Formats: sequence, C-alpha cells, structure tokens
Amino acid sequence: MNRTSHPILSMVVSRVGLGLLSLLIVSLVIFFSVSLLPGSYASAILGQNATPEAVAALETKLGLDRPALWRYLSWLGAAATGELGQSFAGRPVMAVLGPRLLNTITLASITAAIAVPLAITLGVICARFRGRFIDRFLSTSTLASISLPEFFVAYLMMMIFAVKLQWFPSMAGIRNSMDLGEQLYRMVLPILTLLLVILAHMIRNTRAAILSVMSSPYVEMARLKGESEGRVVMRQALPNAIGPIASVVALNLAYLISGVVVIEVVFVYPGVGQAMIDAVRNRDVPVIQACALIFATAYIGFNLLADIVSIVSNPRLLHPR
Amino acid sequence: MRYPTGPIGGPIPVRALGLAPSRRAFLGGAAVLAGAFCLPASLRAEEGPKRGGRLRYGVNDGSQQDSLEPGSWATVMCGAAFNGALCNNLVELLPDGSLAGDLAERWEEAEGATRWTFTLRKGVTFHDRRPFTSEDARQSLLHHMGEDSTSGALAIVSQIKEIAVEGEDRLIVTLTQGNADFPYLLSDYHLSIFPAKEGGGIDWESGIGTGAFRLDSFEPGVAVRLVRNPRYHKPGLPHFDEVEFIAIPDRAARLNALLTGEVDVIEDLDIRNVPLIERNPDLVLHRTPSLRHLTFDMNCQTAPFDHPAVRQALKLSLDREDVIAKVFLGEGETGNDNPVARIMPFRAETPPEHRYDPEAARALLAEAGIEGLTVDLSVAESAFPGAVEAGVLFREHAARAGITINLVQEADDGYWDNVWLVKPFNAADWYGRVTLDWLFATSYTSDAPWNNTGFRNSRFDELHAAARSETDPTTRGAHYAEMQQILHDEGGVITVAFVSWLLAMSRAIGHGETGGILPADNHRCAERWWRTDI
Repeated sequence: MNRTSHPILSMVVSRVGLGLLSLLIVSLVIFFSVSLLPGSYASAILGQNATPEAVAALETKLGLDRPALWRYLSWLGAAATGELGQSFAGRPVMAVLGPRLLNTITLASITAAIAVPLAITLGVICARFRGRFIDRFLSTSTLASISLPEFFVAYLMMMIFAVKLQWFPSMAGIRNSMDLGEQLYRMVLPILTLLLVILAHMIRNTRAAILSVMSSPYVEMARLKGESEGRVVMRQALPNAIGPIASVVALNLAYLISGVVVIEVVFVYPGVGQAMIDAVRNRDVPVIQACALIFATAYIGFNLLADIVSIVSNPRLLHPR
Repeated sequence: MRYPTGPIGGPIPVRALGLAPSRRAFLGGAAVLAGAFCLPASLRAEEGPKRGGRLRYGVNDGSQQDSLEPGSWATVMCGAAFNGALCNNLVELLPDGSLAGDLAERWEEAEGATRWTFTLRKGVTFHDRRPFTSEDARQSLLHHMGEDSTSGALAIVSQIKEIAVEGEDRLIVTLTQGNADFPYLLSDYHLSIFPAKEGGGIDWESGIGTGAFRLDSFEPGVAVRLVRNPRYHKPGLPHFDEVEFIAIPDRAARLNALLTGEVDVIEDLDIRNVPLIERNPDLVLHRTPSLRHLTFDMNCQTAPFDHPAVRQALKLSLDREDVIAKVFLGEGETGNDNPVARIMPFRAETPPEHRYDPEAARALLAEAGIEGLTVDLSVAESAFPGAVEAGVLFREHAARAGITINLVQEADDGYWDNVWLVKPFNAADWYGRVTLDWLFATSYTSDAPWNNTGFRNSRFDELHAAARSETDPTTRGAHYAEMQQILHDEGGVITVAFVSWLLAMSRAIGHGETGGILPADNHRCAERWWRTDI
C-alpha cells in the first residue's frame, strides 16, 4: 500500500515545487517589465501637478529612489511571508485587492458551479448521440460562440438583455451596500457571457475526450458483450476520459479568475481584473505585482489540481513502470 | 529647485492602455478679479429647481487609488464627489468663471498683494456639528505645505510665507511675492476645507466636510455615495437627497449605463456617439466650453523652427476648419494660435486671424529664402484623441504650401515622458489653468517648466512679472493683451482646436448655466443641479 501513496506524494511535492518556481519567475518578469514601462507612478498620479519637487518628494516617500533589485528583493521577502505590502496610494495591497478578489471569486464560483456540470453533461450527451441532431446543434453553436471574441459576446448580451429587452441591468457594478439578491441580479449578464465563453470549450473537449476513448478496443469489447450504449459511455468511457476533461476544466476555471478582465471592464464589475488595469494605468507596482501573483497562482494551482486528478484517475500514470 | 515665481503645471500625461485615457482632474480658466461675494447661479435660475431625488453620475476616471486625503486628489471622481459635494473651499468658481466667496465671505489685499485677509463665514458647521473656524482653514492650507509634501497643490501653497489667524473668523495669508490672483488659486480643488485636529493637522480620514452632502459610502474605484446635509450653509441647497458618483472607465459601458437608465449623466462622451444621443428623446447632449485645447507645438529654439518665417508659414498651412470637421466631427472651435480660451477673463483678440493660406505661406518661405522646407511632426493617439488623423490632414494641407511634413507616429505609452517637451514639433493636449498668470508661468515664460514651445521672449517675461502683482484690472488687462499678441505673432503654438466638455444626460436632470473651468460644472454639479421629474 505504501507504494501506491508514495508516487502521489512525491508527484505532488515536485509539482508544487515547480509551481513555486514558476511563480518566482513570473514575479521577476512582471517586476522588471513593469519597471520598463515608460513613466513613473509619481508623474502618473500627480498628473498636471507633477512639479519636479513634488515628483521627487513622492518618489522618496515611496522608496522609488532605491535600486530596482533592492525593491524587488524586499518585496519578495515580504510576499513570501504573505505580506503583499502597501499600495503606492498608502493602503495595504490586501485592503485594495481583498474585496475585489472576493468579487472575482464569487463570479467565478457561480459560473463554475453552473458551467462544469452542465458542460460535462452536454459533452456526454453529444458523445452518446454522436452525429444526431443534438450533437450537431451543440457542436455548431459552441463553435460559433468560441469564434466570437468575449467582448463581442458581452456587448451582444448587453444589447439583447439590457438595452432591448431591459430584463437585466447593463452594469454589474455591485457594491457592498447591496443585498445578495440585487448583487446576484446584477451578476446575471456577466455570468451568462462567461458561461457562453467557457461552456463551448468544455463541451467540445469533453465530447472529444470521450469519443477518443470510445474507439478503444475495450469499448468495442464492452459493446460486444451486449452493454447498452449509455452504459458504455458512462461506465467505460467517461471514467477513462477524466484526465483530459479535468485539464480543460482547470484551464477554464483559471480563466474565470485571471481572464475575465475584459468582461469586468465591459460590465463594470469591480473585480481583480479591473483593479489590475487601474494599477497598470497608475504604475502602482505593488498592486500590479499582487494581481499578477494572484493570477499566476490561480493558473498554476488549477493546473496542478488537473494534473493530480488525471494522474490519480489513470492507474498507468499512477504506477509508472 | 523651487520655482520662486508661482505655481506650475501642464498637460495631462494620458497613459492609455487601449482603454479610455486616464484623465487627471485639472485647473484652468479664469475670471475677473471680483472680490465681492455673489449668489451661486443656481439660485438665480428662473424656474424653481425641485427638491428631492437622486443624481447618479457616471465618471470616467474613478480609481482605486482615490483617497479622501485632499493632497492626493487627481480624478474627476475625487473632484466632483469630495471637493464639490463633500467639501467647500474658501472661494468658489461660479459657472461664468468669476470668483465668489464660499467659506470665506470676503477678502482684502494689502502691501502689493502680498498680504491677504480673509473674513470667514459665520455659523458654518461641519457634518458632525463642529463649528468651522479660522483654525480649520489654516490647517487645511498647512496640510499641503512642508518640505516633504506630495500634495497636488504644492505649487500653489509654496507661494505662502505665513498663515495666521485672528479670532475665529479671520485668516491672514502672507505671500513671498505679490500675487493679485491669489484668491483664485484658493479655488484649487485640493484646497478643500477639512476640520483641524487637536495639535495640528486635519482630519480627512473621517470624511467630514462642510459640503452640501455627507459621505455615506466610499469604495475606491467603484463608487462614492453621499446624502443630503440638512444644515448646509447655502440657503435652499442642495436639491438632491442623494448623489452617487459611479466609476465607469469603459466608454461603451458608460454609454450603455446611460441608455439603460443606470446613471443619469455620463461624462467624456465619444464624439462618434453624439448622433445617438441627439436622436434619443429622453437624453440631451450638453456642451460646456472648456479651457482644453489641442495644439501642434514648435520649439522656437530648434532649427528650422527658430526662424520666425518657418513658424508663421506653418501656422498658415493648417486648415483648422477642415480638421475640426473631419477629425472632431464638428465638436471643436478654431483657435487663433493663442492658447487662452475664450471663457477666460483677460482674453484678448489677437488679429490677424490665422487662416489656411498656402499661397501666403509659400510666399513667406520664398521671401526668407527657404526652399523645400521639411519638418518632422510627432503625433500619437495619446497626445490628444485624433492627433494622428489631424497630423495626416496637416501633412496634406502643408503639401499645398510646398512644405513636407514627415508624420512620426510615436508610441502611445510614454508619450508625455518621451516626446512632449522633447521632440521639436509635437502634438499636445492642454487643460488650461484657472488664471492667465498661472497658464503663462506653466508653459510660456522663459523659465516655465512645461515650455513645450521653447518660447523665450524678454518682453513677454517682463509683462508677466509686472501683471502678477498689478492690482489695477485695466493695466493688467493691457499687459495680458500684449502678451497674447506676442504669443500669436511670435510663439510656437499652432492651436488645432478648442474643445468642450461633452456630457450626455437624462432630460430628468435640470441645471442652470454650467461652468467649464473644471469638469462636472466646476465640480459642483451635486449642489447645483436638480431633478425635473419629481
């Protein structure tokens, strides 16, 4: 029994280690590319009041007169202990990003809770009724929604449901003062848009993963033994297609955290993506760093999870010879 | 080095990220120095504004950097919500650009405009019922001063030598050098009055001011919500029960918010959407002439622009009407190579009108013995919206005068750091200044920090210094008229257009004359406007 848990443990440890290394590289790239951006925080924030002495005073106050390497290392040291530092505007980065992160996670969770079961179910149905009307309909419509850029889908949703039908508000600008019902009501259009964007991807991949398993000899064998087609798909094919399905689900979940910038801007949803845009515009490096770190962590974390799921679900990977 | 002569400033470093450009709040404009107090325009409106309801205002540049700390205010969000609704200044810019008392009832100058005595309004209270006193005013100014100040108003308060109080209702400000415009400068939105703390400093953290509205909630970069202050010192104001400023940085989202009734007013409308608003019976387009102007600036110290004939020929080679019609879709006015907006007092006509005349330009160059003039013009979309298109048209116009313009398309990001003030012929976006003195000190005197035209003219500098401490309006006016003429004749500015603030609003919002020196009716829309549908 020991032999079975060790591979997982050592695999998890090495994956986590690689994940941390990627994070480190990401932070390095972000830090130095931000410092390559022309213009500084001081002149961005002071705008037309940027007198030379005001710029100098602000830069000294923020420690921007120190060498970049020193700033990077001191930031890294603090970040390693979970301290993301102070935004240049004087508030702790976590105070700036905390509520935004919560909003993004809320939006992502609701969307994921609807999208993942729905996508897998539809994917299985497509595979089961391959070539029939439902399969062709879903394949075509998902292809169409993949082909449209997300902002276009967003504006389309807005035009139909907010401007023409006036069922939902065009702005998802939720605030703390709103009750849960109103917050959810305002989130309908962004959720709908995100659903359209990620459902298509997940349905197509689920279908493809199951169909590729369906061509294996053992499926043929199951059929020859007289199993019904539905049972073949559910019992024989689906469990063996979990690996690829998990990775596409993970990618889409990561997208829900880090890729929704455009959706957030279009619907004025106060999430991390908008916060990052705002920070880049003002060259607020600590906030940019923290956002990048959050996004990178989401990507790496979900991919790690997908790897683990696909390895655990596949005895051949779990017990490599 | 500290500029001994006065406040400085310049255009807006717009750093676009493919989104709506980040607009900094700004100062500009002006008015005649009228020390007397007069009533806000909204009180003079013919039909009585109604009381109640709420205003929701879609702002384009609310940022998560926004804070209640007045020295840090840089966005329209802070300006309109904090400076305009939550707080008052000692003085107020009226819609017509003139100056009125606000928390200061009146003021007198002495000793060549170096010593200013402000008599403060009695009976004003902060939102927590604390009475407003001269110490609050003193600390609110001191807050921006000091060696390590990072305040946006540093340039203004650095002229102050000393601030003293005399009793509860007198504030005496001594300047290092006479400045007849000093009360105007106190209208700067950073110089809002907050309650003084025991032992010095101001308490901005609790969000308590004297303004028409009390702070209800503030989520940086999302929204500021304020509710009526029942004890406001201006009789009959405010009209709304509640105002909310909502940050909507994306232009399309902002327009949608207005179309779907999520907000009542949006600012910074895309000119391409003007017909959409004009077709809609529930909406109305509102243009307020502003100080903002778009220019092509030539550096007078750099060849070939150091030759007056070259500058003059280029000024005659731009068809301004054509650019305004094609690039700005008619939303703009021609300037006459004088950077002073029409709404500014002391603005003078500067004849002759510089019109498109390729033949005259060609003749000028021939007379000066210049053949085949070729110049590089630096443009970028972030220089001003439409700068690239305006440059293309300019190239075609100038070709007919025998001038070759090489259009250099610069990178959008970093334009204000790497091109503006650096390249000899570049496009610029100017938001103006509240007084002529300030405008010139910012960009046109020899030692101006943002002298994008490299303009050095000793007569101009002399007049500038003389006008500053001159308290007789007639003499000052004459000085300023001569200065504007010098800029028109010899300067390096080609004014492409003067533009207006473009607001789109619901017909349910009523207002009187609106001010254009600052956005959002000189920031004071919350107390000046009202609802018509209640």
